[in-house]
Amino acid sequence: MTTEHVDRGPLSMDELAEVIARDIPEGSFVNLGIGQPTKIADHLPAERGVVLHTENGMLGMGPAAHGDDVDADLTNAGKVPVTELPGASYFHHADSFAMMRGGHLDVCVLGAYQVAGNGDLANWHTGKPGAIPAVGGAMDLAIGAKDVLVMMSLFGKDGSPKLVPACTYPLTGVGCVSRVYTDHGVFELGGDVVVVRETWGASVAELRERLDLPLATKDE
Amino acid sequence: MARTALLDTVDEAVAGIEDGSTVLVGGFGLAGMPFDLIDALIRQGAKDLTIVSNNAGNGEVGLAALLKAGRVRKVVCSFPRQADSYVFDELYLAGRIELEVVPQGNLAERMRAAGAGIGAFYSPTAVGTPLAEGKEVRDFDGRPYLLELPIKGDYALVSADRADRLGNLVYRKTARNFGPVMAAAATTTIVQVSEVVATGELDPEAVVTPSIYVDRVVAAEARHYTVQGAR
Repeated sequence: MTTEHVDRGPLSMDELAEVIARDIPEGSFVNLGIGQPTKIADHLPAERGVVLHTENGMLGMGPAAHGDDVDADLTNAGKVPVTELPGASYFHHADSFAMMRGGHLDVCVLGAYQVAGNGDLANWHTGKPGAIPAVGGAMDLAIGAKDVLVMMSLFGKDGSPKLVPACTYPLTGVGCVSRVYTDHGVFELGGDVVVVRETWGASVAELRERLDLPLATKDE
Repeated sequence: MARTALLDTVDEAVAGIEDGSTVLVGGFGLAGMPFDLIDALIRQGAKDLTIVSNNAGNGEVGLAALLKAGRVRKVVCSFPRQADSYVFDELYLAGRIELEVVPQGNLAERMRAAGAGIGAFYSPTAVGTPLAEGKEVRDFDGRPYLLELPIKGDYALVSADRADRLGNLVYRKTARNFGPVMAAAATTTIVQVSEVVATGELDPEAVVTPSIYVDRVVAAEARHYTVQGAR
């Protein structure tokens, strides 16, 4: 059954990070994309045994480094100084992306401008005139991890939905997203129709009104 | 050149880089960037360069300084646009520099292919996106892939932690990034290290880049920058 939490508002991004963290299987190898998804690391206690991959060449990445722990030779993919955990390993870029492309990474969580009901992802380029295109590892991550999850707000600042029937922004990957986590609800993709798993601050009926694509409830 | 040349100065290390060369420049942001070799390249004066690197410079140091000096015709990279990439941004928006955006994993693998003698390869990355334009698509096992060609450098400028006198290299942490791949992908590989140690002092099990890939080595005092600037 779909769980509807209508007695409260939408989730904060920190609360959403906690929801995603709970769904990450124990002992999995995970890449957290730049931006909001990095918050998920704060909700992954060591005993869960989740190993974080950073595409600039490391497994076993620890939390952000501060003060004397800052080492210019040790950063994450967002170029923020980080720390290493016991059991960490380093490798060069071709190996780092080979482990991604080769299907060895269990989960990646990415931010997005738009996700389509068929799993298409747009998160690298607005396509606006004068915008400088920059892709980084987004396209490699989109096709690489076994499970590609998206973390985003369900609506843009102008109120337009970001879960859409078809992406209007340039694509990052085709049919690659399996689940979308948003402040208003969790959406399962990959079937004939998008399935709402859980909502916050809105009922499924309200989301049907506001989104431009058919939504099913669980076990419907 | 069979044996690795140990040089006394960074200026000797970059001697002979011709105008119009394709130069692979190591580093991910500022981590692993060969700052001293780039500064020497600016003094050396080679122009009309094609630079292959993950980014297009940060602040006004390293690669950004080379761009600012007007020596670069084209940048091949995965992520040019950053909070502090204003030197590149200005050149690009003024139409004074060419840009080829390559997904990061394809960028690494295309250089790996060049170093490994692979003529071309098929990658699933970027299928169905604007970056697939003009590339051959072929299905294997029901999944589409794009034909990708190697990226070979005339020169590679790489920063490593230590070298022995034969040119074997070890790196530090995530500063390794593109170093080993670029070292193999260039005709002439030039490496700056913080220390050259006696041959036999590096644990052979721990050598990351074997000396066969390294042509010139120079010791330079390690300069460390973070995203907040020099420290």
